[in-house]
Amino acid sequence: MDNIIEIKNVTYEYTDADQTYKAVENVSFSIERGSFTVILGHNGSGKSTLAKMLNGLFKPTSGDVLVDSINTKAEETEIEVKRKVGMVFQNPDNQLVASIVEEDVAFGPENLGLEPCLIRQRVDEALKSVGMYEFKDSTPHHLSGGQKQRIAIAGIIAMEPECIILDEPTAMLDPVGRKEIIETLHKLNKEKNITVVLITHYMEEAENADRVMVMNDGVIIDDNTPREIFKNVSQLKAVGLSVPQTTELLYALKQNGFNVSTDVLSEEETAKAIALCLEEK
Amino acid sequence: MLKDITFGQYFETRSPIHKADPRVKMVLLILAVVFIFLSQNILSLTLSFLFVMGVALASKVPLKMYFKNLKAILPIIILTTVINMFYGSKESAVLLSLWKLTITYDGLYRAFFMSLRIVLLIVVSSSLTYTTTPNDLTDAIESLLSPLKFIGLKNAVHTLALMMTIALRFIPTLVEEAQKIMNAQKARGADLESGNLKERIKALIPILIPLLISSVRRAYELAEAMECRCYNGGEGKTRMKQLKVSAVDFYLCGFTAVFCTGIILFNIFF
Repeated sequence: MDNIIEIKNVTYEYTDADQTYKAVENVSFSIERGSFTVILGHNGSGKSTLAKMLNGLFKPTSGDVLVDSINTKAEETEIEVKRKVGMVFQNPDNQLVASIVEEDVAFGPENLGLEPCLIRQRVDEALKSVGMYEFKDSTPHHLSGGQKQRIAIAGIIAMEPECIILDEPTAMLDPVGRKEIIETLHKLNKEKNITVVLITHYMEEAENADRVMVMNDGVIIDDNTPREIFKNVSQLKAVGLSVPQTTELLYALKQNGFNVSTDVLSEEETAKAIALCLEEK
Repeated sequence: MLKDITFGQYFETRSPIHKADPRVKMVLLILAVVFIFLSQNILSLTLSFLFVMGVALASKVPLKMYFKNLKAILPIIILTTVINMFYGSKESAVLLSLWKLTITYDGLYRAFFMSLRIVLLIVVSSSLTYTTTPNDLTDAIESLLSPLKFIGLKNAVHTLALMMTIALRFIPTLVEEAQKIMNAQKARGADLESGNLKERIKALIPILIPLLISSVRRAYELAEAMECRCYNGGEGKTRMKQLKVSAVDFYLCGFTAVFCTGIILFNIFF
């Protein structure tokens, strides 16, 4: 198997008020090239710390993170790792550097020292791929949260990374913006074959992923396809995740003696499952 | 309302001056300022006046915009006029004598001369800020200061330019944030509008402290995001937008050159 990221027995400790906490404890997994992975976890589960270790922003206290076989601990390859694995954060306002959209997207490629005409080409392409090309001369603060976040994604895409990590990119957005981002990510994953690692606490966003990992108290407690993960409602609730309404409905129905299938992801499938159950009666 | 605040005074009219290279405009502005100060007699001052009017008209920015800027410094103009009135040459005919102060014809002439100079300076500087976006100005400053890298100040120039870019980017964000905090404090009963000066300043503290804290947090997050975008202190950095000198710039240079030569000739021969 071809893996873009491999993490081996990684632990991350931090000290606060003379006490040592383990944000991430002995976690190992690998991310396959071209895949779409979602890491689910509630606030404080260590998912952000884990995300920041995946591109070398944080260095593990013990264990190793390998990006395309390069260890993130090596100082001299730090830029190389960040170019391969881009990262998008929660607050779009705090990621944009320039006050003109296209100049902001150009920031990454400019840092890589590319030729001006090549930067131009990459910026245009990146803005088109997130559907923000017509806003290239706008000012970010006149755009909506979802649009700003798409520009932040374009800023990463313009560096042509092999993988993008997104640390709760939709947490500050409205439902429309949230949908825009998730759709953009799936499009990039399919069309440009960019590996996506999406970190979130919204289960709905995991629906169309290839793989879902559930994180709690610094450890990965489940790692499976979304379909299998969604079946296990009681476990998800136990770790403080809010289950999608559709899953919640079927779960409640089943608990009350209805013979519905809980093996569903989308609203449509839920409707079908309920219809099927009603027909049987 | 506050969201629409723009830093600087850019006024889009798509005039040829808008299209000129910001570096050229900046250098020519400095030249023009020097030569306006060098105009010593009424002829060269008239030439300066014509030059400045020419630039202002070519910018296609409504003249009332220039007056707006002049209004802001009206006190300075008045002060200069008044002070200069009393400093005329003693040999000149006395126009008015009040106690120990005398106003001579020469003083009056000087006062007029100085205040017109200041007016011209303001108008010609405004013509730069009205026709150039803050971003272009930043690029121009970076480019003009770039020779400093040869004396070991390479990072200083780059850092300065980046600081200006980030400041321009965050001004609207911080204004918005300040407004939010003010509303939040008002909702809790904070009184920001009444009381004497001391009380009002005191009332600002609960707004400034959260604003400061959140700015520090933003700075930290921005630094992480920049690091993720391969920023490493500007080493080997290139620019997407290259500033280019075009035909307009040559005309502007020519126009300014004629003006400067005119001033020199008028100063020598009259």
